[in-house]
Amino acid sequence: MTKSLHILTGITIISVLFGLYLAFGYARTDLEQGDIQRIFYIHMPSFFGAFTAFTGTVIGGVMYLRTRHVKWDSLAVAGVEVGLMLALLNLATGAIWARPIWNTWWTWDPRLTSAAVMALTYLAYLMLRNGIENADKRRLFASVYGIVAITTVILTLMIIRIVPDTIHPAVIGPSPQNAEGVFEATPRVAAALLPNLLIWSTLVPITLMWWRIRLENKSEHVQKLRMELINS
Amino acid sequence: MNTPFIQVVFSILRKDLRTELRSRELVSSMALFTFLSILVFSFALELDREAKQEAVSGVLWVTLVFASILGLNRSLASEREEGNMDAMLIAPVNRIAIYMGKMLGNFIFTVIVGVVLLPVMTVLFNFSMVRPTMILILILGILGLSSIGTLLATMTVQTRSRETLLPIAMLPVVLPVILTVVRATNAILNNQDMMQTLLTIGLVDVLYITLGSFLFEYVTED
Repeated sequence: MTKSLHILTGITIISVLFGLYLAFGYARTDLEQGDIQRIFYIHMPSFFGAFTAFTGTVIGGVMYLRTRHVKWDSLAVAGVEVGLMLALLNLATGAIWARPIWNTWWTWDPRLTSAAVMALTYLAYLMLRNGIENADKRRLFASVYGIVAITTVILTLMIIRIVPDTIHPAVIGPSPQNAEGVFEATPRVAAALLPNLLIWSTLVPITLMWWRIRLENKSEHVQKLRMELINS
Repeated sequence: MNTPFIQVVFSILRKDLRTELRSRELVSSMALFTFLSILVFSFALELDREAKQEAVSGVLWVTLVFASILGLNRSLASEREEGNMDAMLIAPVNRIAIYMGKMLGNFIFTVIVGVVLLPVMTVLFNFSMVRPTMILILILGILGLSSIGTLLATMTVQTRSRETLLPIAMLPVVLPVILTVVRATNAILNNQDMMQTLLTIGLVDVLYITLGSFLFEYVTED
C-alpha cells in the first residue's frame, strides 16, 4: 500500500508541475487581462478539487452510517481537511485575481460569499468533531453533518443561476450579464484548462486524502500501542 | 412500531404545545428577542426611508433565524435535561415521527413569532407587510429553518459546547433558505412576481425535511 501511495504521489507531483507549465508556458497571455489571467488555471480546478474531496466526505459519511467501519470516517475527515485547504486556495487565488481585474480583493458578490460560507461550514464540521468526547458519537455526528454540509457546496455551484446579479464570470455556460473579467475560451485556453481540471479534481485531492487517511491509521495504531503499554 | 405514525407526531406536538401554554416561556422570550433585535437593528443601521427598503427583509429574516435557534436550543435541551428524550427513544415508535413532532413544535412557535412580527414591522417601518403572500413565505421559510435546525440541534445539545455550537453549525447550512426567502420578501415588498423563488424555497424545504427524517435516527443513537 505504501509503495503505491509513493508512486501516486510521484505521478501527482509531476502532473501538477505539467499543469503549471500549461498555465505559465503553453497558454498565451490574455490580451485584455494580461498575465494575471493565468491564475484561472489553478483557481477553477482547485474548486473542483474541493468538490471531489467534499464528495468523499459524503461517501465516507453515508458508508460509515451503514457499515460503522472506522475507515469510512477517516475518509470523511480526510475529505473535509483536504477540501477545506483546496477551497481556501480557491478563495486566495480568486482574491489575487480580483485585485487587478475588479480593483478589490473582496466584494460581497453572491458567489464569493457562498464560497466563503462553504469553507466556514467545513470549519464548523471540525469544531463539531472537536466538541464530542465519545468517539462513536463523534463519528456518527460528523458523518451526519458531513452529509448536510454538501448543500453549501451545491449552493455555491448553482448560485449564479439562483442569484444572477453576480459579477463573477461563469466558465460553463453563458456568463451573467454583469460579469466582469470574462475572457474568450479559445481552443488553446481549453487545452490548458482541461488537463489542469483533471489533475486538480482527481489526482491532487485523492493523493492528499490518501496521506491523511494513512496518518489517521497511524495515529490510531500509536494509540493502541500506548494502551497496550499502559495495560502491561 | 405499534402506535400509528401520525398519532406519535401529534402526541409530541401536543405535549410541546401544552408545556408552552402553561409556561409561556419559549414564545414570549423568542418574541421579545425579535422585537429587541429589530429595534436594535434599526438603530444600528440608522434605517432611513431609503435604507429601510433595502434592508428590511434581511433584518426580518436574520432575526427570525436567531429566534428559531433560540427556540431549538431551549426545546431540545429541556428534552434532554428532563430525560424525556430517552423515554421517547425507548418507546417503540418510529424515529421519524419523533423528529416530525419536535420539528412541528418549533415550526409553529417560530411561525407565531413571525406572524406577530409582521404588524409590528408594518408599524415601525411603514411597509404593508401583513399580506397572505407574506404568511406563505413565512411558513415556507420557517419550515426550512425548523427542519434542518431540529436535526442539528439534536446533535449540538449532546456536545460539550452545547448552545454555542448550534448557530455555528446552522447558519451556513440555512444560507440557501435565507437567500431565497429574502429575495421573495423583497419581491413582495416591491410587488414583483416571486413564483420562481417560491419554487426554490419549496425544493429546499423538501430536501431538508428528507435529510432530517433520514438522518435523525443516527443522531439519537446511544
